[in-house]
Amino acid sequence: MVYGLGLTAVLVVLWLVLSGSYTLSGDHSILLVMTVVSLAATVGLAVRMRILDRETVPLAPLLPLLTYWSWLGREIVAANIAVIRLIMKPDVDIEPRLVRVPVDLRSGLARCVFANSITLTPGTVTVDIENDGFLVHALDNSFTAPEGFAEMALRTDVASDGKREEA
Amino acid sequence: MNWVEIGQNLLFALSVGSLTLGLMLVLAGAIGVIRMPDFYTRLHAAGVTDTLGAELIIFGLILQSGDWQTMAKLALVGLLLFLTSPTATHAVANAAHRAGQKPDLAHFRPKHPRELQDPEAKA
Repeated sequence: MVYGLGLTAVLVVLWLVLSGSYTLSGDHSILLVMTVVSLAATVGLAVRMRILDRETVPLAPLLPLLTYWSWLGREIVAANIAVIRLIMKPDVDIEPRLVRVPVDLRSGLARCVFANSITLTPGTVTVDIENDGFLVHALDNSFTAPEGFAEMALRTDVASDGKREEA
Repeated sequence: MNWVEIGQNLLFALSVGSLTLGLMLVLAGAIGVIRMPDFYTRLHAAGVTDTLGAELIIFGLILQSGDWQTMAKLALVGLLLFLTSPTATHAVANAAHRAGQKPDLAHFRPKHPRELQDPEAKA
């Protein structure tokens, strides 16, 4: 129910931003009617298909995910500079590596965010996803520090599933 | 020139700077795609283009656009790129891995033309 309402709210805002017409009295009053019809159809279908859950409507972890993105943005800028230095050097001098990153995350959402973050950071690409780890290809062995991956994993975990209780 | 105009000019300068930087990053990514030795390393070079390069260009366009609706649409395009480009990169890399493409893990360091020209100098 909460997820349905959340999805409806997001879709209403999206529709209004993209169409830019809010009134029934204007030239395009049909637009607003169509808004209601299409939104009802979309949300109704999603509810009937039972695909509304924490993962498809990530409203609860939205704020932590935004703070995580701002951290990720800084990482991406730093990694971009490092990669550009490597590829623009007069003598290309790289040592590619294929490493297995151990992953201990609590939900599928966290795994997805972590794999995407690795790929989004230039210099590292998630090649394969296994049960307990990711296969990661790195452009140079300076990108494969385990501490870097561990910090990113911890941050994704906290951002998508809340604070981890100390065991 | 009053403060409003100064602010507008500053925004314009920021937008032009961001667009220029984005274009340079895209160019660097393209050069990297040409220079890198094998498939996977080329993928990394292309990653520069579709993360920071594309986002900087979109940021510059947002500052240029003027009305809020265009801004919002451009921001949505940026968000879409931010979410889909790693997915596409992963799909390509995973497809290559499954098809049996082996990454070249040797230390890649081609000889400089100078070293090739006179082999006596090193020996």
